[in-house]
Amino acid sequence: MVKGVNFVGLRDVGDPVELAVHYSAGGADELVLLDITATPDEAATMTSVVRAVADVLDIPFTVGGGVRSVVDASRIIESGADRVSLNSAAVTSPALIQAIADRFGSQAVVVAIDSGAGVVHTHGGRTPTTRLTVEWAREAADRGAGEILLTSIDHDGRRMGFDLELTAAVRAAVAVPVIASGGAGSAQHVADALAVTDAALVASIVHEDPAGLPGLRRAIESCGVHLRPWKE
Amino acid sequence: MNEIVIVDYGAGNTRSVQATLARLGHASVVSADPTAIATAWYVVLPGVGSARSAMDHLSETGAAEAIAGRVRSGKPVLGICLGLQLALESSEEDGGVEGLGIVPGRVVRLSDERVPRLGWSIVEPWGEAYYFAHSYGAITDDAVATAEGVTAVVSRGSFLGVQFHPEKSGPAGLVFLDQCLSLV
Repeated sequence: MVKGVNFVGLRDVGDPVELAVHYSAGGADELVLLDITATPDEAATMTSVVRAVADVLDIPFTVGGGVRSVVDASRIIESGADRVSLNSAAVTSPALIQAIADRFGSQAVVVAIDSGAGVVHTHGGRTPTTRLTVEWAREAADRGAGEILLTSIDHDGRRMGFDLELTAAVRAAVAVPVIASGGAGSAQHVADALAVTDAALVASIVHEDPAGLPGLRRAIESCGVHLRPWKE
Repeated sequence: MNEIVIVDYGAGNTRSVQATLARLGHASVVSADPTAIATAWYVVLPGVGSARSAMDHLSETGAAEAIAGRVRSGKPVLGICLGLQLALESSEEDGGVEGLGIVPGRVVRLSDERVPRLGWSIVEPWGEAYYFAHSYGAITDDAVATAEGVTAVVSRGSFLGVQFHPEKSGPAGLVFLDQCLSLV
């Protein structure tokens, strides 16, 4: 794999379809769409948004938020998403990870972990649990997760860099790819994360300046990271 | 009528393939009907899911025989990801699964440090990056291109198989699919 796959997360920021196209054109390697329908009438809205995104997007995308069953996962994948991301639901029902992997393969299941002070938090990072982050990552991978999306609550939004220590510890504990998330403030931060793991998720810095994505790509590459060949 | 059939086997991500073909100006239908598969202008066997459930589904509907028959009579079939892997004689996945047997060879679990392989990889000798998402890979003498040591493209008669996802590989994937269809 080309080292340094560059993710962009979308969370409560504008029209997901419009942004997805924009980020794809700007050189994102994959997209992660989280909580794209934080409305009470979940399923139907979710499916229509995923379809609309799939119809215009030609790069892979993961959808998270509100996946609580194999049926939910099926709806999302059949609507055109490549992967589903499980967070609180996986903590509550770990067997769900295997059930989705059995049907669609491990490559279709991401387990998202929100970690604060070394323990897993659920419900959007609001509820601390007693599970240790590294242990939960290992269990999730053993149960069939094909990728871990690791967000450091401690670093998220602070723009002082990713939690490299936590990321490295989780990556050492599992044999699946790990995406670092939370804390990106600069190209150098992304490059630092890609030195210890497989992919980095960038959210706030591109949401503020969507036109800056190609420049960010170039800046990451000038830090010595090998990204996929991409033409503006 | 240049009809394209995308083979339905219950778990595939057919929607993205259909959307990509539409972008290239080609209408397509998603079907498991053996007659539709046999008579179509072009057939795509897409790929998401597990080998056993896919093969069970293809056998039950008669699609398996229709796909193999098409290739015997020289009509084009494009296998994507799992669709490539199903064309081989056997797969290690799910405790061992018999494939369509279109391409001599077998499918084995990847020995990479990280499995699944998720991300963009350069296909050689083409020199272009495409998107891969898989845990198994094909071992076959019919491989015509590789990506970091793993079979990326397989060609046997009128069957073409790609381990990567052209429908998720941006402009490069679109160009690849367009070339496939222009050669028919």
